[in-house]
Amino acid sequence: MSIDTSTDDRSDLTEAETTEAPTGARPRARGGILSGNVIPPVILGAFVVAGWYGITYGLLDARRRFLLKPPHEVIAQGFLDWSTFSEMLSGLWSSTQVAMIGLAISIGIGFLFATVMSQAKMIERAVFPFMVTLQAIPILAIVPLISFWWGTGQRSRIIVCVIISLFPIIVNTLFGLQSAERGMHDLFTLHHANRLTRLRKLMFPAALPAIFAGLRISAGLSVIGAIVGDFFFGRGDVGIGQLLRRYANQLMGEELLAAVILSSALGVTVFMTFGWLQTIAIGKWHETSGGGA
Amino acid sequence: MTELATETDRRAGADSLSFKGIGMIFPDGTEAVRDTSFTVAKGEFVTIVGPSGCGKSTLLKIASGLLEATSGEVMVDRDRLGYVFQDATLLPWRTVLGNVELLAELHGFHRDERRRLALEAIDTVGLAGFANHYPKSLSGGMKMRASLARTLTLKPPVFLFDEPFGAVDEITREHLNEETQRLFQSEGFAGLFITHSISEAVFMSTRVLVMSARPGRIVAEYEIPFSYPRSPELRFDPEFARLSGEVSHALRGSHS
Repeated sequence: MSIDTSTDDRSDLTEAETTEAPTGARPRARGGILSGNVIPPVILGAFVVAGWYGITYGLLDARRRFLLKPPHEVIAQGFLDWSTFSEMLSGLWSSTQVAMIGLAISIGIGFLFATVMSQAKMIERAVFPFMVTLQAIPILAIVPLISFWWGTGQRSRIIVCVIISLFPIIVNTLFGLQSAERGMHDLFTLHHANRLTRLRKLMFPAALPAIFAGLRISAGLSVIGAIVGDFFFGRGDVGIGQLLRRYANQLMGEELLAAVILSSALGVTVFMTFGWLQTIAIGKWHETSGGGA
Repeated sequence: MTELATETDRRAGADSLSFKGIGMIFPDGTEAVRDTSFTVAKGEFVTIVGPSGCGKSTLLKIASGLLEATSGEVMVDRDRLGYVFQDATLLPWRTVLGNVELLAELHGFHRDERRRLALEAIDTVGLAGFANHYPKSLSGGMKMRASLARTLTLKPPVFLFDEPFGAVDEITREHLNEETQRLFQSEGFAGLFITHSISEAVFMSTRVLVMSARPGRIVAEYEIPFSYPRSPELRFDPEFARLSGEVSHALRGSHS
């Protein structure tokens, strides 16, 4: 069949080219954005450090200076003193393990529940109120119960982590599984696709952007969950949360601030890792899936 | 034309698609279609024009089995039914090639076979250079072509078109119309096309049916005598204008 290379095709082509131009120009554009992304926060960071010094030496008199130690002492005692720093690193590693195991369990349970709920409205209606209830329970309220059932070791820390990070995964995955357009479902219906095929080739890929949105939230929450768990359950491995508690009790201001900085660095790293995974997984086709942060 | 006509004659009586006394009342009480009967034979391209919401699309959904009619019966081979949707309904996570392969994949064709069918169909609709593009980088017209190609892979004997070109601009629509009538000629399917554009209907069809406002009924029928292939200039033919006028008149009558 001869191909009509008339205005239509050509206008299509130019349109395709213009829409693709940004993709092609991305490395350059990204470099520009990178410098734009780096300089302003660095400037703000400098102001924050200056403000910090101002408070330490200007506002606080010498007796109360332990409340906010100056940045260079935090660095010297928190990060450059190897025995303290290695203690923090091993605490951080322990908390990271808890967070990752907890997140993995949340993902497993979350996917399973969301998939089952997506198969029948009835199941969704039955399960959903319990999910919301689970989400609404203040973690403090069930800490005694958790320690009663599972003791005060790593297992309990993981359970706290799961309780905190599970909900966004279920909700986002379910929302994603239900997001495939009606017309696409009709297409699969017309061609006699079975439940599993529909799930595998339509609903699950359609859910990926929402799944990643949920994963990023839950990954952040799993770090929070791990640190909160450390606070209550200190047996066995010492997590960074236990260290935070100990430093605070012993008025070790430098170490305390260093541990806080490390904890938030962990949160940011986890969040960015999932952003990066998202770009790799769906960046090619998804309209709005942004960069790593 | 002659070849097509003789083939139609040979199969005379063997309708590809027939509606007998179809009525559709939705659960909420809306009567979408009332007592509608017509047939589409092999070698025919029938277009239904009607006002928005008159139940035109409902007829296609009934034909394809997506909806169950409340009365009457449909006769069609649903195993290899081509259905082109209002939207391109391309899966955004698949490239053009992946999308065009989808139906053959759902029907369990072997990998090599579906690849071959898909590439052939992509070539037919003029998307050859775009097989590895994702839908997000295609224009509306190109998405519709990809959607057409996807349906072509199954070589369906009956093609249902549910207002597929409603969302593209006028010039693109005219080109797609020309290509559709060329496909109709080369693939030899029986076509049932839904639209509310009169010129689109008259340009492509062998027969135009006019449907009334809800509840939809067929109120007029026009044979379109022009031979295929039809050139774009046909749109400036006085006979074309006359037929369009008649269809338009019937459509207006159905509104009041």
